[in-house]
Amino acid sequence: MEIIRTGMAGTMESSDINVVIEKQEAKGIKIYLNSSVEKQFGDQIRKVILETLEDLKVTNVVVRAVDRGALDCTIRARVQSAVMRAANKENELDWEVL
Amino acid sequence: MKNSIGREIPEKIVGYDKFKCYCSPFIKEPVGRKASPKLRQVKPGDKKVVNSLEEAIKKAGLKDGMTISFHHHFRNGDYIINMVMDKIAEMGIKDITIAPSSLTTVHETLVEHVKSGVISGIYTSGVRGKLAEEISKGIMEKPIIIRSHGGRARAIEAGEIHIDVAFLGVPSCDEYGNASGKGAKTICGSLGYAKVDAKYADTVVLITDDLVCYPNFPASISQTDVDYVVVVDSIGDPNGIASGATRYTKNPKELLIAKYASKVIVNSGYFKEGFSFQTGSGGSSLAVTRFLKEIMKDRGIKAKFALGGITKPMVELYEEGLIEHLFDTQTFDLVSCESIFQNPNHHEIDASMYANPHNKGSFVNKLDVVILSALEIDTSFNVNVITGSDGVIRGASGGHSDTAAGSKMSIIVAPLIRGRIPTVVDNVNTVVTPGETVDVLVTDRGIAINPKRKDLMENLKNKGLPIVTIEELRDMALKIAGKPKPIEYTDKVVGVVEYRDGSIIDVIRQIK
Repeated sequence: MEIIRTGMAGTMESSDINVVIEKQEAKGIKIYLNSSVEKQFGDQIRKVILETLEDLKVTNVVVRAVDRGALDCTIRARVQSAVMRAANKENELDWEVL
Repeated sequence: MKNSIGREIPEKIVGYDKFKCYCSPFIKEPVGRKASPKLRQVKPGDKKVVNSLEEAIKKAGLKDGMTISFHHHFRNGDYIINMVMDKIAEMGIKDITIAPSSLTTVHETLVEHVKSGVISGIYTSGVRGKLAEEISKGIMEKPIIIRSHGGRARAIEAGEIHIDVAFLGVPSCDEYGNASGKGAKTICGSLGYAKVDAKYADTVVLITDDLVCYPNFPASISQTDVDYVVVVDSIGDPNGIASGATRYTKNPKELLIAKYASKVIVNSGYFKEGFSFQTGSGGSSLAVTRFLKEIMKDRGIKAKFALGGITKPMVELYEEGLIEHLFDTQTFDLVSCESIFQNPNHHEIDASMYANPHNKGSFVNKLDVVILSALEIDTSFNVNVITGSDGVIRGASGGHSDTAAGSKMSIIVAPLIRGRIPTVVDNVNTVVTPGETVDVLVTDRGIAINPKRKDLMENLKNKGLPIVTIEELRDMALKIAGKPKPIEYTDKVVGVVEYRDGSIIDVIRQIK
């Protein structure tokens, strides 16, 4: 999926995660995570973000995430929404990829 | 060595010559006699009002290494502790142990006085904010000691906390030291914690911003116990001392928990004419009181007394004739503050009368039902209310272990998961209240009854309540949230949690 602009999804509410996807020229995926449960779930959150991006075939992006204790399903949904918005695809969702 | 609930306690702890490990709730017998303050004569014509805080500190003879105490009736509006510690630092006195009844976020600036060596020891019920974080990171050489409200009163009466000087903020006071929780500028209601300090400290300094004509009666603190009176511009922020309206929670989770908890009470066997109860100030707790009100009205059942931190919903029940007496150590909101000065059966009680296990009978012993909160609870029903899921100190012991031990039925109310952190776990980070004194856990996903309470299991059966085992709740939480990585600690002890009888129930270690 091609990232065209900056896409954002999610809120700063408890049990939610705010995800911002930005295009980057350099190769690879860079994740900046700030989480209220970093010590207990930091690695797990990064893993879910990375897997979701891989499933969507997204490369070369910067992910800025502020997590307030979101469950894995919430993280996945927020990353997907942010990516679709960043790819200008929010009105033509490819449900098969999701 | 391990204590009776399997917590690892070091052989030696800085600040203790010797100590006993927790064994069971009532096994430790008190010995000896009560501690007593120094005798001192105030002659006719002697003046107690001094010109400044500095003069009071000098006259009190405060020296390096001494222990001073405060109360937390002003909660987040308190100016006294910071004001006194700033002055002590300015005067070059150091190595002071502070023994406030508790600390709140407004006291986090004390961290500077810890760093500079002015404060070298802390005894408290709780600590929050930056100060708590720094303590958890190991800033202090001597571990802080966490005591329950009853445990603190006990330790003072037993002489384990010897208060050299008590600095007590009071909303109003006369020139001879008769003090009240109601003044022209501020109102805090009960002075239940301060009353203990005033009786046992060698020197008692009252600090007020409302000096009234003699005699200021009825008085919470009496002229017979007071050495000096200091008048300052302001003792605290009224908005931080007593919150205005206690809002009725709209959080569906909290309401569901409150609905379950009130159903548990009604069907427990304790809900009958003349029962007694205590509910806290949390969202679910306040809602329980309101739900109970309706059921009490419907069934024509009245309570003999309500205990504890008194809140507006309890005052409403009292004013509607549904509760006969309110016994109040700490008054939480403005409505309750007004009530204690107006309603004849809204009584002020001191912390010893409230919850001290080693006097000749405290109020918690007469309590039927108590509603309590929890940060974590383990499958043995041990409760943590002092450290967060990240291992950092962030709460207070309060009257938790006191009321759990004294009451006939203690109910813990908590959501099963908070921001991805499971509340029900295999092992809590820190034990404040032992599981053998906890009877029921009510969560939004189910209710677990302590297996040793066969009677409650029988009474609550087939009442339309989602009763499960605590292990089932743990598994449910784990399935939804995932398994959290365990917190890493060093060997250094940064805090000691005393059970109410003075034995050590757990220690808090430095986080990595």
